[in-house]
Amino acid sequence: MDDKNTILCRCEDLTRENILDCIRAGYCTIDEIKRVTRAGMGPCQGRTCRMLIAQELSAYYKIPMEEIMMPTFRPPVKPIPMGVLADAYQEGGSEE
Amino acid sequence: MIRDVEVLVIGGGPAGLCAAAAAASLGAHVLICERDYVPGGQLVKQTHKFFGSEKQYAGDRGIAIGRRLIEEAHQNPNIEVLTEATVIGIYEDGIVTVFHRNQHIKIRPKRTIITTGASEKFLAFPGNDLPGIYGAGAVQTLMNVAGVKPAEKVLMVGAGNIGLIVSYQLLQAGVEVVGIVEAAPRIGGYLVHASKIRRAGVPILTGHTVKEAYGKDKLEGVIVCKLDEKFQQISGTEQDIPCDTLCLAVGLTPLTELCWQAGCEMAFIRELSGHVPLVDENLETTVPGIYAAGDVSGIEEASSAMVEGRLAGYAAAGSLGYEPEKAHERREAAAAELSELRSGPTGEKILAGLEKTAAKLAARKGEAKGC
Repeated sequence: MDDKNTILCRCEDLTRENILDCIRAGYCTIDEIKRVTRAGMGPCQGRTCRMLIAQELSAYYKIPMEEIMMPTFRPPVKPIPMGVLADAYQEGGSEE
Repeated sequence: MIRDVEVLVIGGGPAGLCAAAAAASLGAHVLICERDYVPGGQLVKQTHKFFGSEKQYAGDRGIAIGRRLIEEAHQNPNIEVLTEATVIGIYEDGIVTVFHRNQHIKIRPKRTIITTGASEKFLAFPGNDLPGIYGAGAVQTLMNVAGVKPAEKVLMVGAGNIGLIVSYQLLQAGVEVVGIVEAAPRIGGYLVHASKIRRAGVPILTGHTVKEAYGKDKLEGVIVCKLDEKFQQISGTEQDIPCDTLCLAVGLTPLTELCWQAGCEMAFIRELSGHVPLVDENLETTVPGIYAAGDVSGIEEASSAMVEGRLAGYAAAGSLGYEPEKAHERREAAAAELSELRSGPTGEKILAGLEKTAAKLAARKGEAKGC
């Protein structure tokens, strides 16, 4: 397959080659790959690439998909303007 | 300021609207958070008729069912619908945060029903970022919601129900569908949909895949090739199909970020198309008070999503003390309806998946006890 022209993470413009390079270098979880490449950190927050990367890990390390470790899911589930959080903090004061 | 809510429904699609209606019918106060401008979920673009029995509105078109459910929600004084409201987080202390029209809202729900549905799967092949390559959902939205002709000449990938139905709707819109490519050796969708496509003269290439897409500034054509029994491409079988649009209908996967965040026990279940929260007979997750219904707990169909929504709605309202007897009775009826829906050959896969989740849930309970 022409890995240079196959996009796995559309938001961060990462090709299959980029991801396979990581895997061959020894990175073996989605979270590790995310930290070094930003895969899954764009507008769609990994909804497109997460399972494609999981499949690559599954094929390379011969681990069934059931056992591929999922990344950590943190709020917010989609990018929001920083100002919205700042406003909420000013209006609401502390936690309450 | 934190807003207290009795039952929070996350997502106003078929499962969410039915969950809200069910909980409200027993007296519970419900808030639906819907990220779109209008509730209805995928129903708003489904111009085809539904199957199933009368209880699941069989024979009606998806848009008509959606319209009715939305109207019922708006008329019910116990239901409030918040649109353009994306739930962005569920925290350890039970607080749910919502992004609503440039505001950050905090909610403290007594019960939460997660009905976030699914997202489309993507496919890896060279040239897969060329303009002109769409998910089937986007094509359907352009065509059926926005009234925009999305293409002139389309190649569809996937002969499941979505691929077949969207192909037919494209034909109705006057778009040329040059073919349907399906990796599996047989058509996955209902034969009634496939027959319509074949009668219109559209070839369905089973055992084929996209080898690559090409084009200078946008899609100009697609090279497809045959697959062997192990789904490996067979060289020498390439076929060049000129088209301006490639439409991917290669399946859905549950949209579960909020379940993960909430700390629900999750498992990858192939038959349910991805990671799903483990739920009990009330569709309650392993986090007390948080329920999951519809595609988020396993990809199925809108008909079963609606019944699952009702089941979770009755269970949630009953657990809050709203007419527990009636709640129990109606929950049982919904459960019976689900078994009936899944009794056919298409239900086998779902039942196999649900058995796996039930086994995992039982094992988990066993571990908790056996210390």
